[in-house]
Amino acid sequence: MPSETILLLGVNHKNTPLEVREKLALSSGYEEPLQALAGIAGLKEYFLLSTCNRVEILVSAKDSAAVEKELAGFLFGDALSPDQYEKYLYCHRDDEAIHHLFMVAASLDSMIVGESQILGQLKEAYRWAADKKCTGPILNKLLHKAFSVAKRVRSETRIGSSAVSISYAAIELAKKIFGTLDNKKVLLIGAGEMAELAAEHLVGNGAKDVVVANRTLERALDLAKCFNGRAVGLDEVSDQLEQVDIIVSSTGAPGVILHKADVKPLMRNRRNKPLFFIDIAVPRDLDPALNDLDNVYLYDIDDLNNVVELNKAERDKEAVKASRIVDEEALKFQDWQAGLAITPTIAALRKKGNRISRMELERTLPRLKNLSDKERKSIEKMAGAIVSRLLHDPVIFLKSESCKDQSEMKVDLFRSLFNLEKKE
Amino acid sequence: MLSEINYLLFNSVLAVSFVASAVYLVFFFGQQERLRKVARMILIGSGILQTLYILSRYLIAGYTPITSQHEAITFFAWSVTWAYLSFHWRYSVRNFGTFISLLVLILLLVAASVSREFHPLAPALQSLWLPVHAGVSVMAYGFLALSFCGGIMYLLQERELKSKKLGFFFSRLPSLESLDQLNSHCLTAGFTFLTLGMVSGSIWARQAWGTYWQWDPKETWSLITWFLYAIQLHQRVTVGWRGKRAAVMSIVGFASVLFTLWGVTYLLGGVHSYAQ
Repeated sequence: MPSETILLLGVNHKNTPLEVREKLALSSGYEEPLQALAGIAGLKEYFLLSTCNRVEILVSAKDSAAVEKELAGFLFGDALSPDQYEKYLYCHRDDEAIHHLFMVAASLDSMIVGESQILGQLKEAYRWAADKKCTGPILNKLLHKAFSVAKRVRSETRIGSSAVSISYAAIELAKKIFGTLDNKKVLLIGAGEMAELAAEHLVGNGAKDVVVANRTLERALDLAKCFNGRAVGLDEVSDQLEQVDIIVSSTGAPGVILHKADVKPLMRNRRNKPLFFIDIAVPRDLDPALNDLDNVYLYDIDDLNNVVELNKAERDKEAVKASRIVDEEALKFQDWQAGLAITPTIAALRKKGNRISRMELERTLPRLKNLSDKERKSIEKMAGAIVSRLLHDPVIFLKSESCKDQSEMKVDLFRSLFNLEKKE
Repeated sequence: MLSEINYLLFNSVLAVSFVASAVYLVFFFGQQERLRKVARMILIGSGILQTLYILSRYLIAGYTPITSQHEAITFFAWSVTWAYLSFHWRYSVRNFGTFISLLVLILLLVAASVSREFHPLAPALQSLWLPVHAGVSVMAYGFLALSFCGGIMYLLQERELKSKKLGFFFSRLPSLESLDQLNSHCLTAGFTFLTLGMVSGSIWARQAWGTYWQWDPKETWSLITWFLYAIQLHQRVTVGWRGKRAAVMSIVGFASVLFTLWGVTYLLGGVHSYAQ
């Protein structure tokens, strides 16, 4: 095994509450913390990842027990004492650390599994670390591998393809109805927080006009202002229905506020352009029979939840496939890392030398017909001697003290130089 | 020699179209973009072979090969293929190719099952109007076939959206809006060709039989088909018929097209019947 250990410490959304994570989120960016890390003794390479869901430090270090303690102290600063943070912190070594990093990169450890943001955040963090020359051969290779694992997972599984929150599900449905949301008009009936969130998503995906209808006009005006929209009274909803495409209803009304009979006559004036009703109110605002009308699509909160559940099941299946890819790639990396140790490298080198001399002998000897056994032995000996003398100096160099300090880099170079990459 | 080439050409058309459909189907299930491109290239290959086959038949027969049952159906498959390939140039409708390639394959299989004999051209058909009238009509059928496939896709997609059971087709089929657009464009193009086909036919009829219209079964059914599509187009323009109703109508219209092409010949006879 190599002399250095890969160590990964961190906290994430799974076992650390937001209040704690907030205290350690590195709000000042990457520059200062990276500089601070440089002061910790024993770190050869280091890398820092900070997102709203996780803070992780990845290092390659010598004396791991002491370093671990120091890193934990660095991570939590003065915010928490060791007794307090013990239950939040996770610490992975070597194989586990590699596996964890790949899981994170592949978005299998994310709050919303399959979301694609994390890869960008990882790359950004790596850019910082690489610019500040904090990473070396091990972490460079490890992180690049993590990026390619993420890419492989994305292209070989359908993990990122389905919507797993209600808002996303609604957007996905709207896109299947309208093709694109560009320039579509949205009507919000009720001006609650849910309506605001939904409208935000719709506008973010291209919807243009937002009309807000509310019992109290004041609140409607406030919300409309957020989206440069207009506010109308509840009694004007019918008129608006002739113009808009997507309706989000979320009033606190005790009963149904819009019936099938109200909408049916409007369709002729709309020239049958499709209407998409999203009813997120409980109890429901909209008549379920609306869905029976041609070109009218009604989804209530339960329907949307069903879509989300369906997608989750699909996504879980894909996540299994993705974990297999991660396992496979983590093993590959461990093989590479194991090869970096000096002893196996020397063994591989000798093996290669012997193989070459044997191959050449097998080619040459049959052509020399009049050789006595003694002469044959001499030639074999000579071939062996040439190989070992040729390899003598490189081996001495590998074993030398000057190499011990930066063994990974040199061994890595050495292995590429003699083409020892492939497993024998 | 030429007839051997001709024979081989048709068999290779069948084989290539079969492979195209197979690859399209694999793509439909697996959704790997690379396969879609492969499938499309194979379909283009099939289109080129179909063109060569029709040309070789023209060279052997000496007239536009659209008079026998086999020829008419092959021509039909050809027009569907090229209507789709030219259409694709302007609009992209997700997974449309799978449906089209299957339709083309079915048409070619039907063409393979009927006699491929050459028949001497009836005196009444020996005219320059033959390629014009039959060609334009078959082009119309090509576009109407596209709107038929679009209609089926619309119904499949809409059923999942309405029943709120988003399953196999939801992610694979395009949006309702783009399918409706497809319907509208193909209907316009198809109806224009259909009208031209009927006008050219009636001018030819005046020359050949001395009367513009003689209520021959084929003519009658063509008129029925024409009305079915005319109603659709009219309703779409005036009151905005669209969506499910338009999809259903495009399927009904296409059924009428098929009946005009085959049913009439077998069941009703008349002057348009192909050589048996």
